[in-house]
Amino acid sequence: MPIAQLAGSGSDDSAKSKTFVFNDEGHTLGNALRCIISSYPEVQFCGYTVPHPAENKMHFRIQMYNGRAVDALRKGLEDLEEVCTITLDRFQAELENFTGS
Amino acid sequence: MDGEKPRVILNEFKITKNLPSSFTDAFDMKKFKKLFKVVIVRREAENYEIEFDLIGIHPALANTFRRLMLSDVPSMAIEKVHMHNNTSIIQDEVLAHRLGLIPLKADPRLFNFKVPGKKEGTEHDTLEFELKIKSSYNKEANKKDSSRAEDIYKNNKVFSKHIKWIPIGNQKEAFKDKDVGPIHDDILIAKMRPGHELDLKLIAIKGVGKDHAKFSPVCTAFYRLHPHIKLLREVEGEAAYRLQKCFSAGVIDVKEEPNGRKVAVLRSARYDTGSRNVFRYDDLKDAVIMSRIQDHFIFTVESVGALQPDEIFIEAVTILKNKCRSMLDELSTL
Repeated sequence: MPIAQLAGSGSDDSAKSKTFVFNDEGHTLGNALRCIISSYPEVQFCGYTVPHPAENKMHFRIQMYNGRAVDALRKGLEDLEEVCTITLDRFQAELENFTGS
Repeated sequence: MDGEKPRVILNEFKITKNLPSSFTDAFDMKKFKKLFKVVIVRREAENYEIEFDLIGIHPALANTFRRLMLSDVPSMAIEKVHMHNNTSIIQDEVLAHRLGLIPLKADPRLFNFKVPGKKEGTEHDTLEFELKIKSSYNKEANKKDSSRAEDIYKNNKVFSKHIKWIPIGNQKEAFKDKDVGPIHDDILIAKMRPGHELDLKLIAIKGVGKDHAKFSPVCTAFYRLHPHIKLLREVEGEAAYRLQKCFSAGVIDVKEEPNGRKVAVLRSARYDTGSRNVFRYDDLKDAVIMSRIQDHFIFTVESVGALQPDEIFIEAVTILKNKCRSMLDELSTL
């Protein structure tokens, strides 16, 4: 299971602040996700860390002014997915355009 | 138009910005859709090289794509070597390491990752090769009385072309002979003398660059910011040639006007290295502003040869997309 909740980060699901633990992830996903989520207006703080380089883990912290941290994470992942879709579409269109001409 | 773009200005002693950074603004999908542009500048299919621009993207995202290409896009490489015989002077472990680094021609998208812990590979996750070679004296050529190793001995050099693919299962039907094997024929693996012999079985699997660099599908994948150079005043005569020499070739042209005056003009800043040579000349340093456009990334991707570099970029973005999707699926079950 790649995502887990850090113990002690509040068992209440509606908690405003949470630390998520991503297994088998690192700076690649961490920084991209951080850059999108930290720009949301309802997010007070968003940061990530790889606690130890020998452990394949990434801790992802979200603190909200209001709303649930999980929702911000979900929105961030959805936005990142859409960024990828747009990048793919534009790149493939440009590739066709380039090789065709 | 470029005046409105956020740029970092490279002054003589400091770096300044023309605008407050726009990267702290809230991420806006509509704005991203409007501003984001991809431009392919150069694509050399035969050299496995591509150069393209991603314009209007956050540096964190550009860096993510670069990291994905380097360490998350899979490719095939030799992982296990069975040494049936090795009487050459190169040690088993060194030989095995050298073999692992040989780039292989095989589309990684047609293979699965080998399940960890499973001993036997199948036709869907493994490629097998064989390297059987023996060195001996070359009897007839030695009549020429040559002292060159190539003439005296047979098989004194082992090259990657001596690696033979052994299809397993239905691989003979699924792949053509030319689709599988080392990409380059002339990689020197070992040197041998008469009596030396290699008898090896090579097992290649699919892997990713974060596990071992031999699995990385790219030679290089890097980005840089688009340089921007602005000439503030006219530079003519000898100074124009001096200015031209301050930058990379093709950046500054010296144009001759009808009245015979020679004037420096900007041709293209794209391939400028950002060298700060202008600042050596007191009379020239006030004539130019050197800067870089902060959201204009020039990607250069050079493939090892198993995939075309454009396919590698597409793979990289697809991997990130699938990652997000699987995380979202998991989040809904949390």
